Parts: sequence; structure tokens; C-alpha cells
Amino acid sequence: MRRFRRHGHESQRDRLKQELFHFNKTVEHGFPHQPSALGYSPSLQLLAIGNRSGAIKLYGAPGVEFMGLHDENAAVTQVHFLPHQVELVTLLDDNSLHMWTLRAHKGLSELLEIGRFMLTGPPGAPPSVTRVTAVLAHSSGELLLLGTEGGHVFVVEVPGFRELEERNISLDQVSNRLVTSAQHTNLEHVEALQENPVNPNQVVIGYGRGLMIIWDLEKQRAIQHIPATQQLESVWWTEDGSYILSSHSDGSYCRWMVGAEDVNEEEEKSDIPYGHFPCKAISKIVQLPTEKGPPFLLFSGGMPRASYGDRHCITVIQNKTQVALDLTSRIIDFFVIRDGPKHTDPSALVVLVEEELVVIDLQTEGWPVIQTPYLVPLHSSAITCSHHISTIPIKLWERVIAAGELQNTHYSKKPWPITGGQNLAPDPPQRDLLLTGHEDGTVCFWDASGVCLYPMYKLSTAAVFHTDADPNDNMNQGTEGEWPPFRKVGCFDPYSDDPRLGIQKIHLCKYSGYLTVAGTAGQILVLELNDEAAEQTVEAKVVDLLQGQEGFRWKGHTRLDVREEPVLFPPGFQPFALVQCQPPAVVTALTLHSEWKLVAFGTSHGFGLYDYQQKNNVLIKCTLNPSDQLAMEGPLSRVKSIKKSLRQSFRRMRRSRVSLRKHHVNNAAKAELAEMELAPVQRKIEARSSDDSFTGLVRTLYFADTFLSDSSHNTPSLWAGTNGGCVFAFMLRLPPVEHRADEPVTAQPAKEIQLMHRAPVVGIVVLDGHGAPLPEPLEVAHDLARSPDLQGSHHLLVISEEQFKVFTLPKVSAKMKLKLTAVDGSRVRRVGVAWFGSSRSEDYGESGLVVLTNQGDLHVVSLPGVKMQVQYPCIRREDVSGIASCVFTKHGQGFYLISPSEFERFSLSTRHVVEPRCLVEVPLHSDNSTKHRPLHDGFSSAHGCVPSVCLSQCCRYLVVCRLSDCLCFLPEVLQEIQKSLEGDQTHVAGLKRTSFIGSFTEILFLT
Amino acid sequence: MNKNQRVPSSRSLSAVEVKSKFGAEFRRFSLDRSKPGRFDEFYGLLQHVHRIPNVELLVGYADVHGDLLPINNDDNYLKAISTSSPLLRLFLQRKEEADYTFGTDSLTRKKNTVLSAVLLRPDSNRKKPPVIISLPKDFRPVSSIIDVDILPETHRRVRLYKHGQEKPLGFYIRDGSSVRVTPQGLEKVPGIFISRMVPGGLAESTGLLAVNDEVLEVNGIEVAGKSLDQVTDMMIANSHNLIITVKPANQRNNVVRSGGSGAASGSSGRSSDSGASYYGYSSQGGVGAVASMPSHIIQNFPAGELESDEDDEDLVIEGGGEAEPIRRAPSNYSMPSLPRYEPHLNLRTTTTTSTSAHSISTNGTMPASGSSGSLSYANATSSTPSPDRAMEQRSLEEDGTVITL
Repeated sequence: MRRFRRHGHESQRDRLKQELFHFNKTVEHGFPHQPSALGYSPSLQLLAIGNRSGAIKLYGAPGVEFMGLHDENAAVTQVHFLPHQVELVTLLDDNSLHMWTLRAHKGLSELLEIGRFMLTGPPGAPPSVTRVTAVLAHSSGELLLLGTEGGHVFVVEVPGFRELEERNISLDQVSNRLVTSAQHTNLEHVEALQENPVNPNQVVIGYGRGLMIIWDLEKQRAIQHIPATQQLESVWWTEDGSYILSSHSDGSYCRWMVGAEDVNEEEEKSDIPYGHFPCKAISKIVQLPTEKGPPFLLFSGGMPRASYGDRHCITVIQNKTQVALDLTSRIIDFFVIRDGPKHTDPSALVVLVEEELVVIDLQTEGWPVIQTPYLVPLHSSAITCSHHISTIPIKLWERVIAAGELQNTHYSKKPWPITGGQNLAPDPPQRDLLLTGHEDGTVCFWDASGVCLYPMYKLSTAAVFHTDADPNDNMNQGTEGEWPPFRKVGCFDPYSDDPRLGIQKIHLCKYSGYLTVAGTAGQILVLELNDEAAEQTVEAKVVDLLQGQEGFRWKGHTRLDVREEPVLFPPGFQPFALVQCQPPAVVTALTLHSEWKLVAFGTSHGFGLYDYQQKNNVLIKCTLNPSDQLAMEGPLSRVKSIKKSLRQSFRRMRRSRVSLRKHHVNNAAKAELAEMELAPVQRKIEARSSDDSFTGLVRTLYFADTFLSDSSHNTPSLWAGTNGGCVFAFMLRLPPVEHRADEPVTAQPAKEIQLMHRAPVVGIVVLDGHGAPLPEPLEVAHDLARSPDLQGSHHLLVISEEQFKVFTLPKVSAKMKLKLTAVDGSRVRRVGVAWFGSSRSEDYGESGLVVLTNQGDLHVVSLPGVKMQVQYPCIRREDVSGIASCVFTKHGQGFYLISPSEFERFSLSTRHVVEPRCLVEVPLHSDNSTKHRPLHDGFSSAHGCVPSVCLSQCCRYLVVCRLSDCLCFLPEVLQEIQKSLEGDQTHVAGLKRTSFIGSFTEILFLT
Repeated sequence: MNKNQRVPSSRSLSAVEVKSKFGAEFRRFSLDRSKPGRFDEFYGLLQHVHRIPNVELLVGYADVHGDLLPINNDDNYLKAISTSSPLLRLFLQRKEEADYTFGTDSLTRKKNTVLSAVLLRPDSNRKKPPVIISLPKDFRPVSSIIDVDILPETHRRVRLYKHGQEKPLGFYIRDGSSVRVTPQGLEKVPGIFISRMVPGGLAESTGLLAVNDEVLEVNGIEVAGKSLDQVTDMMIANSHNLIITVKPANQRNNVVRSGGSGAASGSSGRSSDSGASYYGYSSQGGVGAVASMPSHIIQNFPAGELESDEDDEDLVIEGGGEAEPIRRAPSNYSMPSLPRYEPHLNLRTTTTTSTSAHSISTNGTMPASGSSGSLSYANATSSTPSPDRAMEQRSLEEDGTVITL
């Protein structure tokens, strides 16, 4: 019956849903988790990072980003761009090679996997024969040389991965030529492959044992043997082709003359840079000439084993200057970007370490660090919470940027050196801020408007408190005459002085610039944006949330110790008020109303209301259940229990290993193991009762100007929801504005709702007479929101973990509800109010609730009708930290952590989508580069005349656009083509810059 | 048995003679059989004629079999009027000092009462142990088997009434695997099983669930494909009124359906219901009553109509006011506020959770008495609290801080 009756309406609604909601994951912000390989294409100016879970990410100019994922879940061990091509090759842990390309499609480039390849050895050969250890992408762009564990070098034609067996360099061929037989017994694996920069027919093959052979690819024979005796780590062929540098496991490097004759020469120069005592290996060495002046020598590692063996260093030496850059984590790889008129001068050193990317400006005195516009380590201290604010007013935006710039004076002024690709994404329609709170008490402000999550400003709250760390003892570097000459670079610093400083909740009013942050030890700071530095004392107010409840003893940490003397705060957000909860439990809910100048905060014991104008407490309410002892234990004793359970599980693991080892002899152990495996995971089925633990924990706080007591007068009110399904409402009386500073603010209890299902209340929203959520404070005053409808009746929406329930106001009676848990077993973890604009008509939009469940599914629930609209799977349900970290924007987007260092951005809206849109074109070689490598630039004589090659490449990589556009712009386009065919590079660039990009093939066809 | 029975007068065709005893006093009056009025009016009349306006009463009557049965709502009042001919004998007691127990043979056992001789029935049932019917306030549905007519015989749909119950639900569930017959043959599929029963818990006390029973549905929603945690959350979310469909590990106690008629399956469903104590009431209605409403006895639960609203009684405390359960706002959404199990039980007692239990209080005067006195049933002093009132009180106690407003 119902189905037939409402059919028409339903289909209309379905169409509307399609116009309003669309889910996709758009971009990953931050630093890739567990990077394992680095690659760089000087011609494309693109950086590639592979990680241990098989993802490959490409970065160019800010906004130019690509991401690919290997089907195999294996770590990426090497990434190599094919020189002067848009292809790149990745080598995975499982010995498979993959070919990727950037293919243009509808005006945008896409990263696509176009081939895969696994080296196959002769039948019966051990797997080590084909285990790839070194890859050389030959400058011809057509060959790939693969050195293997067995010592062979296989030659493969790319991009098709065709094995050229006749050109393989087998171990026999090499060792036959060896004069001394001592070495040829075991050359070990191929450690390094390098091409002669001036003669692409020559490659040097470095074997693990130390022997290096210069091989002529054309003549298929070895030209020269270089008999190094130390275990080889890396090989570098100098720019002029006359020397080979080799680095070794004992911390030494050697320089060898490249001669024409096959003679065993003595090394020309050998050095152990940090010598005398045993040193660690130099894992990579690079020497680069400069236009005028001495060359740069850069190498990683080589530190004295005993004293600095645990440091992660890259040493840069030029002339008399030597610096050992002391990085924050293990070095994955590094490369040097070169610019200058002939692209020879080293301009920037790019180092990928395990936790961040560091770029050093090599052309500015002192080699300062260049701030990265992307790949910023979000987790420089662990992220503890995040908060998103949409549509920041330009005034606040500029002030935050100004404050941030003052913090960044130590960075290089040089622009970001990696500039490949074009960012075609439209300018973001609004300015969005993402605030992340960190374990060390800092709050980072990120520009989240676009594809690049760019750091704007960093606020530290630690200065307000006495901490164990002495502010003077950090960075005691620079002591004179220290050797090696260390210099700390990078910002990754996971060590927190005091875990109590951790930020748990953040609330920023974008109109007034008031910020409140709350932390682990029950501290609530109220901060104000000030463009000048100020020295001030922060007055602390202790709030006893127990309110005389008897019989509780707090077993957790103590309150933070507040500095009583004035503290100098730099320009930016400066604290002026501090509330400290007693017991100092983690702050679990926080909200600020800048119009009323009130801050509400809650912990597991109760909640309070603080007037930050008069700096006093308005209200304290204890929500603690007298029988709830667990709430008083504090986080530390919880940690203890986790430790205990960890210990138990380790014990269990050990036991099971033992039993595994004795598998054959000990049947009892086997039985025990079997029992352990069979021991079922059980779940108790029990109705929630008021005796449960943490029922008093305050989950949400909300300010609303609504009809609390009667339907004719709206009053300010504070709402609080607890873990035990209880909602408290307080009526607030604010003095008139002129007496705001001296008359007290009062709060009196007005309502209390105990939800029968007792599920935790995770959200409270008041809907106005139109069913729209009430606007934020000051939003109406700034003309940015419609003032709420105060004529119609307001509704209260209480969101618990289990259901959505609408009540009437002021008389609280249930109007409608939507059950979630009872129907599909999922529970609400995160909820936010968002506005969804229709993709079809500009002026239609509706508000909705965005919900993330513990199953990792996203739902949109309509307002005010609380009807389920759409559902999308988003996060794996096992990814608890990902689900817990999710924040929603006001326009239907969201962020969640996919690793400690990366945010995934998703969008549920059809209208607000931030995703990378970029184009990378095939490099057209400039004169000097073609001169530099004359024979292998794709202009080879085999392809006939140069223009045709150029054209064919253009056809391959430029973008196809609609035929109609081609027609209307035809004359202009043809002109452009003509010019470009004449070899005028700038015109080609100009053509690309015009947003119209035509298909050359189509146009040629038309002509 | 008939020696005290009067010859029916001509009036008695239309009127019921009532002989009401309270303590040692008798009152006689008559009621119009065709218009007996409502129970609360009748109750007021009794208080009036005995001149005990503020005494809480338990009203019982002797039925044709000599059983002392209670009158406490419209239904059993009408039944009493219609079945008693010619004389309706009432026994009133103060609630606080009640010493009769309702039930079969209950009057015959009270040998020393004056009426014992009067009400002696032929002793055919002497050897049977008497069935004791407890007071109405003690009645509370605990569990039931439902939907026997639509489920396969190997399955059992059990309803646990946690609502207003002090006992814990008291069971655990676990993951496991069960074997299904599929077109591809036998296939092992993951399933959810009951792993443990808490001694003394609701689940154990019903006897309808057992360890290793496979859970197939929770409140009409299949659990296949759901994780253990999801099923746990679903059960807890429905804990106030949990309906679990299980495939019992022990298949020997299954309900066997005889024939296809609704009435037959209804009675078989009833017979296996362990919460049988309240079926004592149906004896007053006789078999006819059961047969006449088989559709009520068997409840089917399409998933969409599972909006059980018993959990709706969220508690609201107004500032300075007293706690009251939230009434539903009138809306198209609203369902009858009667609890779902009511038609199933065919009972309308004050023990049901209906908030209408409070609305019994009236100021109506009895038409038959002609008295001008207006009698009211003082709601506040009721000693048979309805469950939702009890719930309120308990919530208040539990929350402790709540009342301090």
C-alpha cells in the first residue's frame, strides 16, 4: 500500500538525493606513513614516494599530487622515473616491477599502472638469480637494467617490459674477463648500477663485495675493472664522466679514475670522513659540480659507530664548509635539485626520512631549511584531537597568517623548488582552517582550503605551565669545535615533556578570534588573538567538580603547575584565562560562546560554565554517579591496566611459541594452544543500568538561544549530555551589555532528560521554527547567516550513540526518532551538522546530520525529519583510531587519520569537493639538456625528423577536449601548433597555459 | 450449593443482585445487567455503600465454580456481571490486610469463614492441587514464545520482557559456525550462538533459551553477516523488549503445530509459554474468549513495525518540578501507547505499563446509587503502582542527584 502511494514522491526524493550527496575520498594530506622509496624526475620536476603498504605518491608544484596503489600489498623498495618521460618504474618487495604513467584524460592527468613484470630466470635457477637489487633506468628511456642478487644484470626494454636476453650481462661474462681469480668466486649481488653521464653506452656495475666493472652496452664487454676491497654501498659517476665515487660499509669512500684501458688501477683517493674510530657505512654518496666554484659532496651515514652511530645524518661538504645535518629519523633516500642557467648548480637538497621530508636550500648562506608546502609531518607530536572551521573571515585569516610568518623567520626565503605539473584546481571557494591538537600541548593551524594542507601557525600552551623540561636546555647545538659539525634539521619530535599538556578539545570562534583549548589534566585555556607580543600572568581558577560528593579519591595525575610570574607570549593567540578542573581529569567536552563570553567544559565528573569576561565560574554541576568508582581512577591507572593486559598477552604469546616449538613432543602444550584458540570471545548481553561506569562523563555541551521555559520568550541556555543518556538544560541569565562586566551571569537548572535507553549522548542540536539548526554565535551579527526563526516552535534533537530523537520545546515531549543500533547494530561515533548544496540548482540546499558509525559507515540523516538519506562505507571498522579521529566540516566534507601522519579527506557533498586536479606534460627538452645527453633524448635519428617526434609526443600527452571547442578555436589553435612545430618552446607553453587545450590529432584530421 | 440462592425475582432478568461483604458487614444492592457501567464507577459505589470512602479495596467475587476471582478492571467486572446469576457475591478486603488468595478452590479452603459452607462446591476437584492466582500487582509478563504460526518448527522466537524487571537479562553470546544447506550442498557459515547463561537471570529463568542455541534474528532483523559486536549492540539497544529468534540446540522441545488453523497454533503457542501464570486469567473468559481472538494471541512482527515504544518513556524533570515520563507529542508518527503485549495477553489490568492506568481516576457518580457523593479514586495513594510509576521511582532513586532539583 505504502509503496504504491508514495512512489512518485520517493523517486523524486531519490533524484534529489543524487543531486545533494555523493561520496568520495578525495585526497590524502600529510606525510605518507612508513615511506620506503624516493624518486625524482628532474625533467618533470616531480617527486615520487613509495611506502611500505604499496602506495606510490607523486608530488610537484603545490596542488599537484597523484596517488597510486599497487594491487600487491608489498612495500615499494625503489622508484625510478624513466628519464625525460612521464613513466616511472617501481620495484616492490615481492620482486615485481610496475610501470606507471601519467595519462591525460579530460584535461587532467591521472596516474595509471600500465604494466607489470616479474623477472624469470632460467629453469631451475634459484630465486636469488632473479631477485632484483639494483635498477637503472637508462637515459635512452627505452632500457631498464636490473641487477640481481645472483650478480647478473638483465636488460629489459620499456615500457613494454620485453626481455632482451642477448644483451644480459651474466656473471660469467664478467668473471671470464677477470684476471684475478680470487674475486670471481663470489662477487655477490649487484649493489649499484650507474650510467656514464657523458657516454650512455657505459654503465658501471658495482657488486656487493666491492668490485666494480665498467661495461660497454654496445660492445657487450667490460671496459674496466675497479677492484675495491670493502663492501660496496653505493656508486656515483661524476658529471664529467671522468671519475667514479664509491662508498663503503666501513664509512669510507673512494674516488676512481675512469680510464680507457682495462687495468686495475689503484684508487685515486680514499677517505674515511669521520675516521679514526670505526664508522658506520656511507649508504649513498653524491658529488655535484657548481657553475663556478668547488663541487658539492653529499653523503648519508658514515658516523663514528660508537659515539654517534644512532644519529641519522647527511653530510654536506662544499669547499671548507661541512655540515652534518642531524635528521629526526632514519634516512630513506635523498637527492639534489639543480637549477641555474645550465641546470647544473645544486640548489636544494631533498631528504626523505622515515617521518618527514626535509628540503635544504643549498644556495643561501647557512643552508637554511625550505618550508614544505605539503608532506608536512602532521604528527611532529602525536595528534590528540582535531577541529575544523569553515569559511574563515579574511580578517582573522590574515592575522593568523601574519602570526605564523613571524614564527617562520628561520626558514629559507626561496620558493619551493619542486614545481612540476600545473595545478588546474579552481581556487578554493572559501578559507577553511583545520586545527590539530597535539600531545605536547601545541595546536597547529592548517590551511585546509585546498589540496595542500599548509601549516599556517603553531600555538604552544606549554609556556603557561611549569614543565619538567628546562626551556634553556633544548637545542644545545652549535657548541664551538664540535665534531662532527651537527646541525639539527626537521621538526618531527614525538617526545612530550609532560603528557598532561596534551590537547583534548579545541573550539575557535572565527568571528571574534577567541580560542579555547582544553587538555589532559583538566586545564581549559581561553586565548585571544593579539598581533603584538604581550607579557602577562595567566590567572588560574580551580573548579571543584565533585561538589562535595563523598567517598571519592582521585587516583590519577595531579593538576599542572601554573607559572605565577608573567610570561612573554609572542604575537598570535595569547592565553588570558585558565580554568583547572579538580579532579584534573581529561576534558571531554568543550564549547565557547563568544557573544555571551562564556566557556562550558566537562570531564568525567561533571561540567562547569566559566565567564571569561568576569573571569569567574557561573555554574558547576557534578554528574558523577555515587557508585562509579572507575571514573575516579584517572588515565594513569587505566594505563596500568593496559600494561597489565599487554604483559598478559605477551606471556600468552610466549607460551604459545613454546608450545609451537614443542609441537611434536608435548601434547599438553598443544592442547593448551588449541584451547586458547577455541576459547570463544563472548559478549555479555545486559541492559544498561545507571550503575555502569562513566555514566557521568560529559560527552557534549551546547549553547542555544531557545524556548526553554515557555514558548513566548527565548532565553540563552546551556545543554549538556552525558555518557549515561542524561541531558541537562540550564537557563542562563545574562546581564544587559552595558552591565556585562559587573553584573553576574546566572544559570539555573531548567530541565533534565533521562533517556530510557541510557546510551551516551553524543550530540545536541536545537532546530529553529524552519527546522534548521540554530546558527553559530555572532554568525547572524556578521550577516553570514539567516537569523533563526523564533516564531515557530523550536525542537531539540538529541543524538545518542543508538538513536536520533526529536523533542518539542519548551515542553519536552518526544516527537520522532530514528533508531540506529536497534536496527543495524551500529553505533554513532561522530556526528556533525552540515549543509548540502544541490549540484543542479544553485540556490537549493538542505541541512543534514553527518554521522560516522563504529562500523566505519557514513550516514546522512535529514533535518528536521531525522530520516536516513544515504549510507556509504568509509573506514574499516577495525580502524578504531581512524574512526575516533574523524572531523566533519560544515559543508559535508570530513577528515580522518589513516595513519599517525596522514589525514584522508572525503566529501559527501556534490558541491563542495576538494580534490587534486592537475596536469603534467611530457618534458620537452631544452637545448642544454639535449646537448647534455645528445643521443638519448627521444630525438634519436631512428624516429626521423624532430618535429614529427615532437608532435607525436604532444599527441600522446596533451589533452583531448571537446570537438566543438576545437572547431570554434580552430584558426587560433592551428597558429599555435604552427609556432610550436617551429620549435618555439615558449609558445607551446603558452598554448598549454590557455585553458583551451586541443587534441592535435583531431585538429590535424580536420585540416 | 443452591440452598442460599433466592428465587430470581422478575427484576433479576434485567438486574443483578449484589451481595457485598466487607468484614462482617453485608450490603445488598442491585445493578442493571444491561448497563453495568465501568469498574471504577462500581468501585466507587462499593466504597459508598459500605461507607468506607478512603479505604483501598480488593474486590473479589465468587464465580459459578465457587472460585474467588478478582474484579479490578472493566473486563473482569463485566465478566462477573454477565456470568453471575442470579446473585453476584462480592468479598471486599482492605488492600493492606488481604487474606484471601484468588484462585481455584480458594474459598473452599477458608474453612472458618462464614461463607465457606455457603460456597462449597461438589468435591470433585478436591484431589487436584489448587491453582493459586496471585494478586494482580504481581503479574508481569516475563517472556513468551511468539509467531509460532509463521516460523519453521525448528526455530523459536522468544520475547524477553526486561522492561520493569529487576532481573538481569543474563546471557552471553559468541561467534561460532553453523552448517547450512545451500544449493552447493552443506556449507559452514559463521553464526552467533548463546555461550553462557547467568544463573538467576531472566534468560535462564524463562527456560526458553539455552547455551549453544543459534541466534538468527534480533527484533526481526537477521544477524547473518553482522559481527558479534554489532549483534551485541543490537541486543542491548533492544534490551527493554528483546525478541530473539533462535534455533535451539535441543530440538526435542519444539512446538508441534497441529493443523493449520490460527486457533490451534495459538493454543499450542500458549501451551509452551513458560510465563503461564497470567494465563490463569483466561480461565474466567473460558475457551471461547481465546478462540474468538486468535489473531491477538499470535503476534507477527514484520520488521518495519517493530517500533516498540516502551523505551519512549524518557524521563523529564522540569526545573523545580517533579519527574514525569515523556508523553508522545501528537503526531502522525505516534503509535497507540498501549504496550504491545497487551492484546496478546487479552488482559487489561493495571499492571500493564500503559500510562492510562493513571487515568482511571474519575469523579463519576454511580447511576444506580443515586448518591450525590462524588467519589474519587485517589491516584496518588494507589498502592498498586503501575510499572511506569515504579520505573520513575526507581530512576529517581538510581540517579540520586536528580531529585535534588
